[in-house]
Amino acid sequence: MADTPYGFVAEFATEDAIVKAARQVRQAGYRNIDAFTPFPLPRLARIMRIRDSRPAWLGLAGGIFGFLLAFGMQAFVSYDYPLNVGGRPLYPLSAYAVVIFELTILFAVLFLFVGLLVLNRLPRLNYPIFNAPRFHLASKDRFFLCIKAQDRQFDRESTARFLRDIGAVSIALVPS
Amino acid sequence: MTASATDILPTDQSIGDVSRQLTGIPLHFPARRQWWIAMAVAVALLMLFIVSVIELFTRGVGIWGLNVPVTWAFAIHNYVWWLGIGHAGTLISALLLLTGSEWRNSLNRFAETMTLFAVVCAGIYPVLHLGRPWYLYWMFPYPATMGVWPQFRSPLEWDIWAVLTYLSVSVLFWYTGLIPDLANARDRATRRGWQVFLGILALGWRGSTIHWHRWSRTYRIMAAIAVPLVVSVHSEISLLFAASQLPGWHSTLFPPYFVLGAAFSGFAVVSVIAVALRAMFGLENLVTRKHFDVLGKVLLATGLMTGYGYVFEVVDVLYGGNPHDLQTLLDRTTGAYAWLYWGAVVFNFVPLQLLWWRAVRRTGWALLLVSVSVIIGMWLERYMILVTTLYRDFLVSSWSHYTPTFWDWSTYFGTIGLFLVPFLLAIRFIPVISIFETEKTLLDEREAHDG
Repeated sequence: MADTPYGFVAEFATEDAIVKAARQVRQAGYRNIDAFTPFPLPRLARIMRIRDSRPAWLGLAGGIFGFLLAFGMQAFVSYDYPLNVGGRPLYPLSAYAVVIFELTILFAVLFLFVGLLVLNRLPRLNYPIFNAPRFHLASKDRFFLCIKAQDRQFDRESTARFLRDIGAVSIALVPS
Repeated sequence: MTASATDILPTDQSIGDVSRQLTGIPLHFPARRQWWIAMAVAVALLMLFIVSVIELFTRGVGIWGLNVPVTWAFAIHNYVWWLGIGHAGTLISALLLLTGSEWRNSLNRFAETMTLFAVVCAGIYPVLHLGRPWYLYWMFPYPATMGVWPQFRSPLEWDIWAVLTYLSVSVLFWYTGLIPDLANARDRATRRGWQVFLGILALGWRGSTIHWHRWSRTYRIMAAIAVPLVVSVHSEISLLFAASQLPGWHSTLFPPYFVLGAAFSGFAVVSVIAVALRAMFGLENLVTRKHFDVLGKVLLATGLMTGYGYVFEVVDVLYGGNPHDLQTLLDRTTGAYAWLYWGAVVFNFVPLQLLWWRAVRRTGWALLLVSVSVIIGMWLERYMILVTTLYRDFLVSSWSHYTPTFWDWSTYFGTIGLFLVPFLLAIRFIPVISIFETEKTLLDEREAHDG
């Protein structure tokens, strides 16, 4: 639908400018906002109240899964086909430790990687924000702040005016 | 100015320039001639590898020089050597990310790329050595009609799990770090083919703050677990030797000794690649003399730690007083293969001492020569460890010698092609230095100046 846009996107030239702008946008009461930067900006994430500790939990879950899988696999193999090697124990943790360690790490990293993609809803090759005219600079050296149309305070006139007032270098209405 | 002394990158460049320069390497490739020459050599070596492998699969491992008692020679020797080289990439990338050493940001991408292909070269060797490589799948636990399972209490079985895990984790860590740069290159691309290629690989990355937040966390956790993985993988390799009961191998010193030697040889290869890529792509503004300086210091430090391993290996034997160990020590230092032992000592540690001088560390070609010497030295060391223990068996009647054949050498030089071809393709098609991390380093340095 052409009449409900994705939102307004405002361009800033420096790291400090977008951090300051994000603070002002928050203070003005906008909540449904997003920012796009060429590299991670923890300061910006704090101001936008972004916090997600799920990656750490996913890593832990993957590690536990890998640990149990490796232990279970080795113990089952010894159980199903017991080999007596010079009277050495059938279920030695010391001999199992290497494969347990490797699979713990392998599955932790697999869970982390897949989790990163799933949480970020990637791959998604097309996204409305890519229609913003100068957005290709977001991966290079420009910083973009977006106020989405779903925000309760979103208004075509006043939001544009507000973004211009807080020092945006350029503003664009992004179609959905 | 105090701040400029700590800067690793010149601050007179803007982040836009860096971005344009680094995405320009794949998109508007600057060194076509050198690249094609290098590629021609690499492809020739790869062909040599393919011919050697066909010969091997047709006629069997008998074409190599190994026989009882030296049943592990070039295959395992080069396996350990290649894998050790790979470890430096992970250490630079992961360990130095965690310690916040920003100089890593100019080196981590190609060091990790090196890791990937070095691990491939390493991993292929035990498969070639199997004799009947088509039975490789016997290493995996699958419900076989024979009713048997792999023997999980053997270091030989641990090996495949360690190497495959290391390869998978290296690929995922490398790719996770690469996604934002692929997006950057995608946005700079003007030709359709590049846009599609990079667009698909970048997975639609758009640099959203929440995405970056999750990415940073994921990347750091991956780094934190990649470091112990490196240590575990090379320790496990050393257990192939240490868990046996052969003099010269059966030692608790082996795991740290192997891990440090691995880091040593790997940092030497990273230095060689850094010097070469800097010259090839004109990266003087990003891979600076200060990087050479730090690399030289790391090389010196890991070299001295490896040297400590050499010293302690002797001390250990003399203190233990086991006659078999003493005999092997004597075989190593004065036997038929003494040239290997002393060659390793000389190539590893003598030119290395030049790195005590700052001027040497900061000169590209000097660092390159020292590194090449270390690479040769570590290659001799792995050779020495294998052959000197094996050639004099417990039974005097089975004493023998090992001489590499043509096919030993051709397979070995072939793996250099197996390494170089994908490596050259990688530096051709993806950003060879991490762009966004370099940009961040630059901005942090500028802030330090202003603040």
